[in-house]
Amino acid sequence: MSAEMSLIRTLISERFGEAIEALGFSHGVHAFASPPDLIVELCRFLKEHPALRFNFLSDVCGVDHYPETPRYEAVYHLYSLPNKWRIRIKCRLGDPPRIPSVTGVWRTANWHEREAWDMYGIRFEGHPDLRRIYMWEGFEGFPQRKDFPLRGYRDKLNPFGAEGPPPTEPDLATREIPQGGRLTPER
Amino acid sequence: MTEVTELERPEGEALNTREVLLNLGPQHPSTHGVLRLVLELDGEYVERVDPHIGYLHRGTEKLAESFTYTQIFPLTDRLDYLCPPSNNLAFALAVEKLLGIEAPIRAQYIRVMMAELARISGHLLITGALPMDLGAMTALLYAMREREMIMDLLEMITGARMHTSFCRVGGVREDLPDGFLPKIREFCDIFPNRIRDYERLLENNRVFLKRTEGIGVISGEDAVDLGLSGPNLRASGVDWDIRRDEPYEIYDRLEFNVVTRPEGDCYARWRCRVEEMRESIRIIEQCLDQMPEGPFQVDMPTIAFPVDKERVHCSMEALIQHFDLSAYGFAVPRGEVYSAIEAPKGELGFYIISDGSPKPFRMKVRAPSFVNLQALFGVSNARYLADMIAVLGSLDPVMAEVDK
Repeated sequence: MSAEMSLIRTLISERFGEAIEALGFSHGVHAFASPPDLIVELCRFLKEHPALRFNFLSDVCGVDHYPETPRYEAVYHLYSLPNKWRIRIKCRLGDPPRIPSVTGVWRTANWHEREAWDMYGIRFEGHPDLRRIYMWEGFEGFPQRKDFPLRGYRDKLNPFGAEGPPPTEPDLATREIPQGGRLTPER
Repeated sequence: MTEVTELERPEGEALNTREVLLNLGPQHPSTHGVLRLVLELDGEYVERVDPHIGYLHRGTEKLAESFTYTQIFPLTDRLDYLCPPSNNLAFALAVEKLLGIEAPIRAQYIRVMMAELARISGHLLITGALPMDLGAMTALLYAMREREMIMDLLEMITGARMHTSFCRVGGVREDLPDGFLPKIREFCDIFPNRIRDYERLLENNRVFLKRTEGIGVISGEDAVDLGLSGPNLRASGVDWDIRRDEPYEIYDRLEFNVVTRPEGDCYARWRCRVEEMRESIRIIEQCLDQMPEGPFQVDMPTIAFPVDKERVHCSMEALIQHFDLSAYGFAVPRGEVYSAIEAPKGELGFYIISDGSPKPFRMKVRAPSFVNLQALFGVSNARYLADMIAVLGSLDPVMAEVDK
């Protein structure tokens, strides 16, 4: 385990220097912290390096560390099918959270990132189709944020809800909706 | 009809056509739940597909943040409701890793045996439902007959047919009941012949083959790029099974083959599942042969209820621990874990961040169906609307798991 650990660490530090911080190995996963603007480059490097080949993106998820700052976090879990290694990349994000999308590296990131946008309001820049996925279009607020009221906001239909207006995202309603994926490329 | 069109069409001009927007679902038998597909059709050709999901969204991840670890088990049941034991197992393993404990060997065998029963139950449904989507009703009815046997077995162990919630952190809830072993042996004897029946029913059925062979081909490279896992990935020729490659529980003591098919079409995905049921039967038989006697729960009164209830009645300390455990649950040390198992649908992962309290700070479910459903974008040669039904059926999404 230590051999693979030092290999991964060395290769990453050779390429990125001090920018990527190693967070250690626990429960079968190597963890690294990356600044958000390096994420696409780092993922492409991990995927394409012949000794690493982390070619399978297991999961992308958002985390809300309210009331800590920086508040948000995007967590990527990668798996290497040839080497059978797992790696976790964590990016702390400020408020409002923004991070480049990795849909250009793996197509599977598409829905994962839409989910993180829907639930945490993390804006994945360069995503081809960043719409809500579980909640309906026009829903206000991001339900998995820690400050989202568990019983809704108080109004005449909901006397037990929390005080205060729902958080709004002004460009949500007016944003142009891109088209979905194509099933049949050619006729 | 033709006469009218002829009349309306001006001399010398081509017939005026336009693309049709079709809503398939959310209530449609072939979507296996509440999936809505917005299809842009040009005649019978599908030009574009846009899946709308979330009709069954219950906020499992958000709910889990206010539940204790033991209370979360029933939530995991309701992810992939065709195979609750494997969901329970995935969650239990993640928490056990955080706690740094392991279930006793007997409990591990029971869990693996139940997870494999669940795998058969899940695969049975889709091996029957895919032909039904394509018009062959018979296979589903036969599959349901065998699924009923599994339901009976699960009911015998847990008392519940569907939402078993049988795993606990550090073991299982109870030991196997008396009279269970002959029942499951009987099932293991009968079932391989029944699999042969399904094969005979469908593998030479010309209509079924026409509708599935060469339809919805996903190449191995595309499958990895799209994040497919489980039988869907192996049907595209990628040899990856978490049970073998990252063995959890007692899978490293068992012998089984990882079924792969090179074609990557709907038939290969159907075939992979049929073969996997055979392997599952082999695993169950080995579990029964190897299962040792012993405890079925860890002996840690702060984590699991004591098997011997007398202790609670006689010792003050045991009573306090019992009360604490029922009222507040158990604290899990700070840390984070990503733990994945090979669920029937693919890689089922739980990413848990603990802040040291009895409730998870964040629980993310990496639901295989959610990722597999995305592959509808990646299928290159399903051109007809009818083919898309076959592709959807063969990808085997369970909407409860997609929507979490």
